[in-house]
Amino acid sequence: MTQHIREVASSSIENVSRRGVLKGLLSTTGLVLAVSVLPARPARADEPKWGGDGMPHGTVNNPLAFVSIAPDGTVTIVCHRSEMGQGVRTGMPLIVADELEADWSRVKVAQAPGDEVKFGNQDTDGSRSTRHFFLPMRQVGAAARMMLEQAAAKRWGVPVSDVEAKNHEVIQKSTGKKLGYGELAADASTMAVPANVSQEKMGASTPVSLRLKDPSEFRYIGKEGTNIVDGFDITTGRAKYGQDIRLPGTKYAVIARPPVMGGKVASYDATDAKKVRGFVQIVEIPAPTFPLAFQPSGGIAIVADNTWAAIQARKALKIVWDDGAHGTYDSKAYRTELETTARQPGKVVRNEGDFAAALASADKKVEAEYYIPHLAHATMEPPSATCRIVDGKAEVWTSVQSPQAAHDLVAKYLGLPPENVTVHVTLLGGGFGRRSKPDFAVEAALVSKGIGGAPVKVVWTREDDIHNGFYHTVSAERLEAGLDKDGNVIAWRHNSVAPTLFSLFAPDPKHEAPLEQGMGLVDMPFEIKNMSIENGEAEAHTRVGWYRSVSNIPHAFAIQSFAAELAAAAGKDLRTFILDLIGPPRIVDVRKTVKDFWDYGENPDTYPIDTGRLRKVVELVTDKAGWGRKLPPGHGLGLAVHRSFVTYVSTVVEAAVDDKGNVTVPRVDIAVDCGPTVNPDRVRSQMEGAVIMGLGLAMMTEISFKDGRVQQSNFDDYQVLRISDAPRETHVHIVPHGFDVPLGGVGEPGVPPVAPALLNAIYAAKGTRIRSLPLGQQLAKV
Amino acid sequence: MFTLHVNGQTQTFDGDPSMPMLWYLRDELGLTGTKFGCGVAACGACTIHLDGEAVRSCQTPISDANGKAVTTIEGLDAGGNHPLQKAWRTLNVPQCGYCQAGQIMQAAALLKQTPHPTDEDIDSVMYGNICRCGTYQRIRAAIKQAAGV
Repeated sequence: MTQHIREVASSSIENVSRRGVLKGLLSTTGLVLAVSVLPARPARADEPKWGGDGMPHGTVNNPLAFVSIAPDGTVTIVCHRSEMGQGVRTGMPLIVADELEADWSRVKVAQAPGDEVKFGNQDTDGSRSTRHFFLPMRQVGAAARMMLEQAAAKRWGVPVSDVEAKNHEVIQKSTGKKLGYGELAADASTMAVPANVSQEKMGASTPVSLRLKDPSEFRYIGKEGTNIVDGFDITTGRAKYGQDIRLPGTKYAVIARPPVMGGKVASYDATDAKKVRGFVQIVEIPAPTFPLAFQPSGGIAIVADNTWAAIQARKALKIVWDDGAHGTYDSKAYRTELETTARQPGKVVRNEGDFAAALASADKKVEAEYYIPHLAHATMEPPSATCRIVDGKAEVWTSVQSPQAAHDLVAKYLGLPPENVTVHVTLLGGGFGRRSKPDFAVEAALVSKGIGGAPVKVVWTREDDIHNGFYHTVSAERLEAGLDKDGNVIAWRHNSVAPTLFSLFAPDPKHEAPLEQGMGLVDMPFEIKNMSIENGEAEAHTRVGWYRSVSNIPHAFAIQSFAAELAAAAGKDLRTFILDLIGPPRIVDVRKTVKDFWDYGENPDTYPIDTGRLRKVVELVTDKAGWGRKLPPGHGLGLAVHRSFVTYVSTVVEAAVDDKGNVTVPRVDIAVDCGPTVNPDRVRSQMEGAVIMGLGLAMMTEISFKDGRVQQSNFDDYQVLRISDAPRETHVHIVPHGFDVPLGGVGEPGVPPVAPALLNAIYAAKGTRIRSLPLGQQLAKV
Repeated sequence: MFTLHVNGQTQTFDGDPSMPMLWYLRDELGLTGTKFGCGVAACGACTIHLDGEAVRSCQTPISDANGKAVTTIEGLDAGGNHPLQKAWRTLNVPQCGYCQAGQIMQAAALLKQTPHPTDEDIDSVMYGNICRCGTYQRIRAAIKQAAGV
């Protein structure tokens, strides 16, 4: 199948005239429906690019790259984004199938290799697959449908207006005659292409010559009842992840990596390692140079006949490390450093009114400091990649979120021309941002090269994953506010201090980048006249990477916790207080006061900060959760709301605290406004999962460093939420929308409001305010 | 030389007797449905049945499986239609899916012992199986659906 896709993709027609006639492509699996479309209207150089157009390689709406139809009518749709549990291999093809009027039960899904020129951007990250590709995928399906209609009309000698594609057939309206898609595919491939498909995004008109369905005609989009396409393979053990690739003659490798960022091997002794039964070879991985980006960490690779032998031989390896500049990184000391910085004035990144004067006039002053530690992604599938190099051509099989990045790096490290490298994308056993960094794919390439190109699978153990990750940033957040005599917030200052993920790419940046500031810090939507939002300096001593919802985690935790502290100080109900802080429905245009405002790569005019939508999710979730209902003793309800990835989410958590300080969560309600949905079941499942991840990081999950080394190793000491801690009830409430509203993100925005809602619930239950994550044993009574 | 009965087929092995079943199944037999998640029996992704009992294959040396019947996710039901597998699909339990084979194998052992489990029964037996995507709510629902409770 992959071979087939490659053939189709490599045959795509580069220069298509506006009404060119295209030739069908004969392939081993049948005639490929060969329609194609023009690239986007050429943009002026000075025009800003938004959404999918702003991403490397933009979007592609060429059906040739995405659709083929076999003579038996089987429709194969290519998914070019990586599946990591968010449901993209179901959702994206579903969009195409709907516009194509394909019968979903006759659709097969194929996974694209890394090739952004053919498929458009593939970096599956930032909660943007459906947001960026909804329209291009509709255009793909619609263009293919119209080609089939033209073919049928020609065969019958009737005008196109007399035929209609419906559910895998084209029907002649006047006679009821029918032809199946399989019968028409060959003819369709010779039909004139519909006029240029505009790549204008939401809100812009699409040329009438390409008829998109009216949303009322959608068969699958937005409807319940679609099962995930990989359900059978997953439940029967047939599904293949990066760790599961096994080529004939595969060798297995594990790597001893420096325990400290930027460290390297000083010396090593492999005498004992070589005695292990099944040992094959040592391959030295070169040390990286700063900035580290996605380079492998270096170290010593052990190649063996099986994974177990490789692990045993690595245990017998003696290595002396040179720790380099970061061998003193210590989380306790660093926390003090962050907190000290947070108490000083930071760089002002948004200023409104006069904070100092307003605070001086305040009736009541409140201040609080919050701490949020590093986190490791700990995807259930530890990183893994397999590589084989034959006759100067490298093939990699791996579970990556950005196959193009993996492709480019492998080519660079192997010194091969890009066209001689292929990256096959397997299913991903979780992603959460870890697999955007393809260091492990490069390792597989280097090890394969080191053993003469033979196939080798690099396996990361869980300890490798915990010790050599790209960690969620660590953060101190200091807030202070002034209330007037009626309990209204008249002054608000927030100083956020956290090492930036851009330390991966540039020498030692000290401030959060606009991308991080835009994640809940400068886009803070409360209606407060006087505010100073600041960002203090912090230096990175480990690889800081992005973790599901990124800087929204610390920003939302601090802001939403502090809002509840202010409500308590004002003696007001939290729901009422939050709605007052949000203020009346309006558009908050942060661009007026924030230079370089980053709105998730979207046009703020298309995706404004809409406090009406923010209010709506608060009202919806509190109504559904029964805000104010009578609770058993020791129980409390907590509320939080946050906009991220251009989606609005509000959460009510019910917490129960027993006499010993043990916390359980009987129920969570979560309301989401992500615009219209493609597959509502996968929106619900993402929210359910976000609740679990949010509760986990609130209650127990933490990475800490000592002597530059991560102190945790595996799931025994890196605690994540288990089923026994999971709420018995999670209720997801989706705000309904028509397709006049643009689509928002879904994968990440559920996470940020969960932790503050929990800690607010604990406060409601016990009157104890927890400001440092994770909760751990802070409430435990001896 | 060890003899094992894996999914009804007899296999022999004369390698390292301390090699965990996990790596034997995955690397030697190519039965990759049994997943590697932690290697220290802390996550449950590698759960298989040994003479009908759920064990963590990452902590089961091949010598312990000698002469025994080994069942992996591939052998749970010939057609992939164990009531749990069907319930898992009906309720769309999986997200990334990586842990789900282990979850299903653990749940199958639970239902053998406790055909009509409560939420407490489920939580106490499924405690050892981590899902980072957070599908726990649907796992509970699917077990109960398969059990008809």
